[in-house]
Amino acid sequence: MTMQYKIGDIVAEHDEEGYLTDITVWNKDLALLIAKSENIEMTPEHWEVVDFLREYYEEYQIAPAIRILVKEMKKKFGPEKGDQKYLYQLFPYGPAKQACKIGGLPKPTGCV
Amino acid sequence: MAQKKKFLYLNRKAPHGTIYALESLEVVLIGAAFEQDVSLAFLDDGVFQLMAGQDTTAAGMKNFSRTFKALGDYDVRKFYVERESLAERGLTVEDLMPITYEDENEDYAEKPSIHLVGRAELAAIIADQDVVLSF
Repeated sequence: MTMQYKIGDIVAEHDEEGYLTDITVWNKDLALLIAKSENIEMTPEHWEVVDFLREYYEEYQIAPAIRILVKEMKKKFGPEKGDQKYLYQLFPYGPAKQACKIGGLPKPTGCV
Repeated sequence: MAQKKKFLYLNRKAPHGTIYALESLEVVLIGAAFEQDVSLAFLDDGVFQLMAGQDTTAAGMKNFSRTFKALGDYDVRKFYVERESLAERGLTVEDLMPITYEDENEDYAEKPSIHLVGRAELAAIIADQDVVLSF
């Protein structure tokens, strides 16, 4: 059985955990829909993390583990945002996991 | 806390014809979460994994070579490349991607992760490990 997100004419397949099967179909509307299914209301702070993860993926072809996400966020946005607690407030079920899903990226390597 | 062990991942195959190189990288990434002392070695056709300017579009494979550049963030900073393997394939270190890590003890200065080693030297490095995984 395939599972899908649907917005209007757009149909995007996802796996049993909600990660997009084809990352190239991602767009911001789809991101909002995935966020809604995760019970997350997207704010500029949420987008900052999602955009950061997409840039990281573009450069390195992987989604970073949470430890690396915290380290890199700290480098880019300072200690207030490069902080595990801050990130968990935005994405309560795991920042790397949920933000990657919303960003259309695969599940971070090393995340079980 | 258990004592740190020395892990060495041996990469001996070309990157995109088989799944070995990608699987090795995945294991390295997963293992990096356990904060062990990790080194990678590239020998035989494995040296091709580090070639600069790889383009996998035509092969329809993911270009995971760029992921090697992220490994410094995972505290994987020792890439041993066997000099003889490069020479036998008509390659020099100039043909490889620059891979660096940031040294937090020296104001995050970028330092090279790639070290050229001779065959005998690599044998000594292998002998010094607690765990050797060959791909």
